[in-house]
Amino acid sequence: MCVFVQARRLHHKKITMNVHVRFENVTVTYGPKTALADVSLDIPEKRILAVIGPANSGKTTLLRCINRTIDFISTAKVRGRVLIAGKKGTGLIGRNGPEAGTDAQRGSSHQLDLSPFSPGEDIFQIRNVYELRRKVGMVFPLPVGLPLSVYENVAYGPRRAGLHRRQELDPLVEKCLRQAMLWDEVKDRLDMLGTKLSGGQQQRLTLARALSLRPEILCLDEFSIAIDPVTTMRIEDILRELKNQMTIVLVTNLVQQARRLADYTAFFSAGRLIEADETETIFTKPKNRLTERYVTGDFG
Amino acid sequence: MTLGNNSLSPPPSPPAALLKGEGRLSPNPFAPSAIENRKKIKETIARCVLGAITFLLILPVAAIFGYLLIKAWPALGFSFLLENPRDNMTAGGVWAPLVGTFCLVLISLLLAAPVGVLAGVYLNEYARDNWATRAVNLAVMNLAGVPSIVHGLFGVGAFVLFAGMGKSMLAASCTLAVMTLPVIITSTREALGSVPMAFREACWNMGATRWQTIRTIVLPNSLSGILTGVILQVSRAAGETAPILFTGVVFSARVRDYGLHESCMALSYHLFTLATQVPGVSDQVEYGTAVVLVGLVLAVNAASIALRSRLRSRKKW
Repeated sequence: MCVFVQARRLHHKKITMNVHVRFENVTVTYGPKTALADVSLDIPEKRILAVIGPANSGKTTLLRCINRTIDFISTAKVRGRVLIAGKKGTGLIGRNGPEAGTDAQRGSSHQLDLSPFSPGEDIFQIRNVYELRRKVGMVFPLPVGLPLSVYENVAYGPRRAGLHRRQELDPLVEKCLRQAMLWDEVKDRLDMLGTKLSGGQQQRLTLARALSLRPEILCLDEFSIAIDPVTTMRIEDILRELKNQMTIVLVTNLVQQARRLADYTAFFSAGRLIEADETETIFTKPKNRLTERYVTGDFG
Repeated sequence: MTLGNNSLSPPPSPPAALLKGEGRLSPNPFAPSAIENRKKIKETIARCVLGAITFLLILPVAAIFGYLLIKAWPALGFSFLLENPRDNMTAGGVWAPLVGTFCLVLISLLLAAPVGVLAGVYLNEYARDNWATRAVNLAVMNLAGVPSIVHGLFGVGAFVLFAGMGKSMLAASCTLAVMTLPVIITSTREALGSVPMAFREACWNMGATRWQTIRTIVLPNSLSGILTGVILQVSRAAGETAPILFTGVVFSARVRDYGLHESCMALSYHLFTLATQVPGVSDQVEYGTAVVLVGLVLAVNAASIALRSRLRSRKKW
């Protein structure tokens, strides 16, 4: 199922960490500017990896490489490989609804490409990039509610993937809104415009949209900068629960947020990966002087 | 600690201090000073002058329409609209030209609107910034600046002669379509551009293709702007004489003979010939035709403005 397996010893317990995404010597340039310089990083499966660093260190570029939205930037050039480990047989939205999908439910009435990734596939060679983007959920810094009803906001992804039947969409929408801790606030006004919600609600709506496609990887790009602290805390609780179901990559400027949430932390500066290790190590015994200065608040 | 010079001299009485406008020593710290008063006067002058200039704009329109109405008053009525011109165009109504204008504009709209909107969608959503796109943008801009008589001559060469349509409604409509195309493209691009990029990125990140995003989010939310642009071009096409002069209109034709490959009458051309070439036309028939034409243009413009303000009030973000 997963290609790369490493065993580590931690507190006398043997912990198996599988790698979900591997960056191999990745260099990304936007014209003359280098955003990522020779980055090699393993993103562990079903853990929270925090990516911290000062501004312009390439953190957002890293996320854009994972779901290939870097393709939309015409000046971007990517060298190196980004490999993603795939699971066989997890159809996204199969004929029997999102709960099913352990067998390849192909050839169904909607024209979905349910071909799973073979293990160790290079992201930039994948032909069906739309399937990749469904498997990688993304949450932006600024809350974005689409100008549709709340129900249609959450149902947008599944609808574009071919799922239109209400008896399947209704439980999916409810489940995602519950997971995003937004259900109680909107359950009576599901036909309200998504853009009319408050900032914190819109950010949770974005999270619900990202979850509606049951992604394998959830990427969050500074999700808390535009919302209030209470909503931030609630979303952090959600992430702790979601950790068991999917890999989470969290880009954050708030160093303490990384310390609270993340199992592993990677510190970037000026496009280079300076250090990546378990969170406790990064914060208590960092190996690099620059890391130590950053986590203690000396700069950035 | 006392404020001011209370212990040394009696404070000035409030009315005098307010009139003088002294800031620090007067009891009211918000009383306007001399500078404030000068600023206020200048602000008022600016507002009045700019407002007067703006409202002066109504005068030309009112004058034109008023003059036309006064001169045409005896002839106006439903019968004027529904009767055909008779007695060698010196009397009667404008039914045939009205139907002609209506058909010309409708056909040109059917030709120009889909092409213009889809071209605008491509240019805004898909086209990359390379030399080919820049050439297309330049072409659209230049097409918008071509004088209408040149459009007419182009229509003769391209549609009447080369495409073999002959002098017909089809050729005239094609010429009008070419004339209105660049503005439809530009207003479509503007309408699409008013949809924030954040919506598109949110959709792309969920695995939607560009066309799915356009179909579900971008187009429905920019439809009002697109429609407004198209309707404004309708009024322009209705009023133009030069493009249809050589390509499809004749002095006299019967409505039951109208067809795509037949020539027709048109309001703008009818007015032109009445005013210049027909002897013995009474004033009221001439001005009546003008009233109908101007009224048509004003009505269509008003409809587009009403549509735009109604759709703006239902803004979704």
